[in-house]
Parts: sequence; C-alpha cells; structure tokens
Amino acid sequence: MAVFSSLSDRLQDTFDRLRGKGRLTEDDINAAMREIRMALLEADVNYRVVKNFVSACKEKCMTADVLDSLTPAQNVVRIVLDQLTQLLGSTESKLVLAQNRTPNVIMLVGLQGSGKTTAAAKLAYLLKGQGRSPLLAACDVHRPAAADQLETLGKEIGVPVYRGDGVDAVKVASESIRYGIDHLNDVVIVDTAGRLQIDEEMMAEAVNIKNAVKPDQVLMVVDAMTGQDIVNVVRAFAERVDFDGVIMSKLDGDARGGGALSVREVTGKPIKFVSQGEKPDSLEVFHPDRMAKRILGMGDVVGIIEQAQKVADEQDVLNAERMLREGFTMDDMLDQMNQIRKMGGLSKLIGMIPGGDRALAQMGGNLDESQITRIEAMIRSMTPEERRQPKKINGQRRKRIAAGSGRSIQEVNQLLKQWSEMNKMMGKMKAMANDMGGKGGGSRKARRQMQSMMRNMGMGGGQGRGNFPF
Amino acid sequence: MGLRDSLMKGLSRSREAISEIFYMGGEVDESFWEDLEDTLVMGDMGAEVAMQVTDDLREQAAREGLRTARQLREALAQRLSQELTPAKRDPFRALPSCVLFVGINGAGKTTTVGKLASEALNLGIKPLIGAGDTFRAAAIEQLQVWGERSGVEVITRERGADPASVCYEVIDEAEKRGSELVLIDTAGRLHTSPELMRELAKVVNVTRKRANMPVWVVLVVDATTGQNGLNQAREFNQALDLDGLIVTKLDGTAKGGIVVAISHELKLPIWRIGVGEGIDDLQPFDALEFSRALVGETEGL
Ligand SMILES: Nc1nc2c(ncn2[C@@H]2O[C@H](COP(=O)(O)OP(=O)(O)O)[C@@H](O)[C@H]2O)c(=O)[nH]1
Ligand SMILES: [Mg+2]
Repeated sequence: MAVFSSLSDRLQDTFDRLRGKGRLTEDDINAAMREIRMALLEADVNYRVVKNFVSACKEKCMTADVLDSLTPAQNVVRIVLDQLTQLLGSTESKLVLAQNRTPNVIMLVGLQGSGKTTAAAKLAYLLKGQGRSPLLAACDVHRPAAADQLETLGKEIGVPVYRGDGVDAVKVASESIRYGIDHLNDVVIVDTAGRLQIDEEMMAEAVNIKNAVKPDQVLMVVDAMTGQDIVNVVRAFAERVDFDGVIMSKLDGDARGGGALSVREVTGKPIKFVSQGEKPDSLEVFHPDRMAKRILGMGDVVGIIEQAQKVADEQDVLNAERMLREGFTMDDMLDQMNQIRKMGGLSKLIGMIPGGDRALAQMGGNLDESQITRIEAMIRSMTPEERRQPKKINGQRRKRIAAGSGRSIQEVNQLLKQWSEMNKMMGKMKAMANDMGGKGGGSRKARRQMQSMMRNMGMGGGQGRGNFPF
Repeated sequence: MGLRDSLMKGLSRSREAISEIFYMGGEVDESFWEDLEDTLVMGDMGAEVAMQVTDDLREQAAREGLRTARQLREALAQRLSQELTPAKRDPFRALPSCVLFVGINGAGKTTTVGKLASEALNLGIKPLIGAGDTFRAAAIEQLQVWGERSGVEVITRERGADPASVCYEVIDEAEKRGSELVLIDTAGRLHTSPELMRELAKVVNVTRKRANMPVWVVLVVDATTGQNGLNQAREFNQALDLDGLIVTKLDGTAKGGIVVAISHELKLPIWRIGVGEGIDDLQPFDALEFSRALVGETEGL
C-alpha cells in the first residue's frame, strides 16, 4: 500500500499534471475531489459522509475564483480545510452545567474499550483543578474489576469514588447522587459499562441510569481509531440515550480520527474534549482547525510546535522551580542576558515589545549591547558565593567588584538593586505558588501558571518578552 | 389516445416489468458494482483495496460469464477468503505452548485470555495464566476474576512490577506444574509510543528466551478499528514479530474488514474471533464465513 502523502501534496500533483492548460475545468476539479475523497476515506470518515462533504466542496470549488487561480491546489486545500473546520466546529464545546443545581451530574457512555473509565478520571481531575469537588460513581457493574479500576484512579488523583453494591447499576447511580449531596460534592461523574448499540438490554440500562440521575451532560466517549461503523454506533446512542457531546479518546496515537467528522455529520453533537494519553492531565479542549488538518493528513502542525514548546518549557519550569526554592541568583541574571543576546540583541527585543521603542529612546540610547557587556563584567567579577547570595555583597566587596570589572561603584549598586527587585518578585510568586497548592507548584496547572508569570517577567527563556530589570 | 402513446405506455410497463425481473433475479447493473464497492468500504476494507477488488471481480465476471448478484458475491467472498492467510497451526491446540497477548488499550486482550483459558480447560488442557499487565489500574483484579470464572490459576505480581519478571515466574510455575498452555496478558499500549513498544519487546524477548516451549505472540484487534489498524499491526509486527491475530467484538455491527488487509500484508493467520463479553463468546475463525459477511447479505437476491 502506498505511503499516505499529505492532501496538499497530492492535490499539487494532480494540478501539476494540468499545468499550462489555462483555466481549470470541471473534470480537473473532479480529479481533485477524487483525491479528497481518498484522503477522507483513509482517515475513516464514513463513506456517506464523504459523499456529501465532497459534493459540497465541489460546488464551492467550481467558482471563477478557484478555476482561474494561479494556485488552484492551495485554493482547493483552503476551501476543503475551511469547510471541514466549520463542520467540526461548534458553538458550545465547553461543559455546560446548570448554575442552580448541586450536584451537577455528568454521565459517560460508549462502546466497550473506548476509554470511558480513564476519561471519567481525567474529567474529575480537570474539574478538581477548577476548584470543584467531584465524585466518581462506579456504575460499570458488568466488566470485571471496572469499579476497582475507577477506585484506583480516584485515589491517584484524590477524588472519592462511590461504588455501592456493585450489582445494580441504576441503584448505584441514584445512590451516588445522594452520597454526593451528603458529602458536599458539587459534581458527580457517572462512569457506565461499555455497551454495543445493538444490545437492547444494555441500552435500556443506560436509559434507566440516565432517568435516575438526570444528568446535566451526557458525554459519549468515542475511540479515535474507530472505522466506518461509527455512524451506526453514534446514531443508535443518539436515538436511544441521547448525548450532549463527545470525548474523542486515544488521539495520542496516529489515527487520523475521521470519526469526529462522521459524528458531527450524523448527530450534530459537538466534540468537546480530546483525550491524549493515560495520564490524568491529558484531557484537552477540542480544536476543530487542528482536527481538520489531521483528518486531511496535513499533520497537526500546531500540535507539533506546541509539543516542541512543551519540551523546552519543561526545562524552563525546572529552572523556575529551582529559582523559587533557592532564590534568583546572579548566575540566573547572566543566563537571562545571554539568552537575550542569542535572540539578536536587547534593542531588537525591546523593539518588539509594544512601546519598547519609545522606552528605548527615553533612556537616551543608554540601553544597548554595551550595557549587557558591562553587567556581565560585573557579575564575572563576583565570587561563586557572591553570585549565589548577592545579599552578602557588602561595601568592601562592592569596591572590589567595581575595580575588578572596571565599572563604577554606582553601577555595581544599581545592579544589586535590580537583583533585589527580581528577588522580591520571586518571593511573591513563591507565596502564590504555595497558595495554588503545590509544594513549589506541584500540580501541572499551577506550574503552567507560574511559568507564564515567569515568562511575563522576562524570565522563562524562549520568548523573553516582558519587563526587564535593566 | 393515439397509437404512439399507447405503444409508449405499453413499453414503459414492460420496461418496469423487466427491471423488476432483473431485481428479482439479482441481475447485475452499474449500481450493483457501486453497492458492492460501498459495502466493502463500509466494512473497513479501505477504499483502495475495495476498488481494486471490485475491478478485478468485474473482469472475472466477464471472463467466466458470472451474471447474477448472488454468483458474484459468492465469487468475491471466495476471493477475499483467499487473501486471508490460513493458519498452519493453532497455538491453543499445538501443545505445549506459551501465548502472549498484545494490542492497543481496550482491544479485548484480558477478556480473550479469560475465554481461551476456559476453552482449554473444557478440552482437558491444563492452562496457566500470567498477569503481565502490571500497569493499568485494576488490570490484575480483572484478570483474576477471569481466572475464577474459568477455574484457571492466575500468576500475579503487584501493580507496577516488571512485566518481564511476571513472565519468568509464570513459565517457572508452568514447568513445575506441567501446564501445557501458558496465556500471558500484557498492558495495552499505542503503537506510537516507542518507549512502551521497547518495553513490550523486552517482555517478549525474555519470554522467548526463558521458555522451553514454543512462544507465540498474538495481536488482538478490535473489529471496529478503521484504517489505522494496519499501522498498528505493522508497528507491533516490527517490534515483536507477531505470529497471529485474534479479532474481537464481531458481535457488533462492525465487519472487521481491516483484518483482511492486516492478514494479507503481514501474512498472519486469524486464530479466533470474539463475539461477546461472555466466557463462551469465542469462536474459531472461518475465512469464508467472515468474507461472506464482509461482502454483504445475499438474501433477497
Ligand atoms: N461486545 C464485545 N465486547 C468485548 C469483546 N471482547 C472484549 N470486550 C469488551 O471490551 C472491553 C475491553 O476489554 P479488555 O479485555 O479489558 O481489553 P484490554 O484492554 O485489551 O485487556 C471490555 O469491556 C470487554 O468486556 C467481544 O468480543 N465483544
Ligand atoms: Mg487488559
């Protein structure tokens, strides 16, 4: 079988063959549509959905704009991508929970092995991170040890699990709500057994659970690797149980996930979350544009960049955590400046900040490369101990540093003042990080928040846009 | 009414009648071929394969004078069943043997181990189960329930233990007890995680080295899987050198067409199919029957 090439490459090939022919004809567009059809089918978009989608796209492509274009391939790709993004998109991809109801109830349904239990835990983790107090209800009484699995996951993320008698799913479900009320939980997440859409008895059970707990939201968990049959599955679930949105699971694999489009087309329900791994924090909001690219085999460019960013960020986060623990040292300051230098110099960087140009002029051009060099000279004249603990730098030491670096004592004093400003800010952040509940920002969310603060302060490396202390 | 008009009317009636006869006899027209191709694509065979297979069949039909839909569907089913690699041996019968179950999360590995343990015991074979999924929460407990249901002992270590050491232990035990069939469950993983695939390769290698009996590695594939199934199978095969397949969840409406591509490309036999969550919901694989289901219903034609 041929290696899948991206849709843009294929369309380029198709149109390249037509080059020099002048205006595109309907046949040419048909050839392009065949490529699109294949791309969608390879991505597991349902056959019928593909038919409708392609004919809608064709109509859009048959305009003079495209036909006369010098870059028809790009134009067609754009139209298809826009169309797909629009179809995948939704106005309400967030969780909608009633304001005046406690507890809110979220119920999860889906086929066997689609990832409901894992998703339930992730959802609980997400809500807990938002300051909620969730309860997990173990209503899968069919699969062996499903309740054990949920309980273990619950323990790992610090969320209670209601198991009841583990026999009657409907009873466990209704009891879990009462339990939630008694224990001041404001959200109950009801995990249910996996079921086939043609299993009448099991579908009836799902309906009964739904009637018993009256969920604010029913979410269907759909495996991103599912093939063509997905339309039959979601249609039956939509008709029998009805649901409000979809969680797509296992998107950390390399499945193109065309099922997302089929779900939207067949049921009109929005995709709300994507689940990308086994860790509790791997539940993310759905991005229609990224999904569209993925389905068309154009790669999740944004995602890849973000991923690379994440890796870089990890180092920043480690640095940040160390700074919080041990304080901001002169070496950190030096580091910071070297990073700025790598990025093309201070003035260029400051120029990128809104209002930076003006600030630069106000300082009378004082703030240039040579200042960095001067600061570097002063720091290099400090002993390692002084760099780690600048507080120890007394008058005598200042004199020595000034002499060693060929700078004035005033300049050394100014540097120390800048350092102390930074250190004060660090102290504030430390307090905030503790407030956020992490020993040094243990939870990922807290770490992220902190990191963005650090970045705003011009500390996080990478972007470095922010207020510089000098 | 003029002569011409009444002639036309008569003709159109007979035209209707003729198309009805065609329909009743399942005579073949353009829409039959389209339907057939659709059916194959809908069964997850993949568009490329479906088109090729349909085209080939058209040629064959012309050559051999196949005319009715029934004949053609049967010819197609025959042809597809030949794409499926036949099993030379059945590791659950060719004893002694040790089988490792691998696959992505939720494919049905643990359930299948339970069903096969029961099948073996019913045939008077002495099986032993190894709980090699030490990663997923409550995976061990799940397998233990299957052990109780089937009446087969499960060798376990604590969650988080090295899965390779579980394999070591279960083979030790099997040798001591003279068990003839060792079934080892493993943790589900996506084929896209090199780290987890390496870990699994280690588990397989350790088992192959340690065991004195033949070791088989079977990929468990969910019938609802789409085109990504082929990527999955390729990666697992490359990392572990697979011996065969088991297809689960064929009790749903998914046809499992992707395993035709897998079996064909990787030359892997299909040993069993899963048709439910119960202990007895496991059947031997019948290539022709499976292919007939993929090609579509033949009744009414
Ligand atoms: N309907 C149906 N469900 C199955 C079949 N095999 C497994 N399952 C279900 O699929 C889910 C995942 O199975 P499990 O054995 O835990 O998968 P594993 O993660 O690969 O070990 C469970 O809910 C099983 O009951 C089958 O043949 N038919
Ligand atoms: Mg398992």
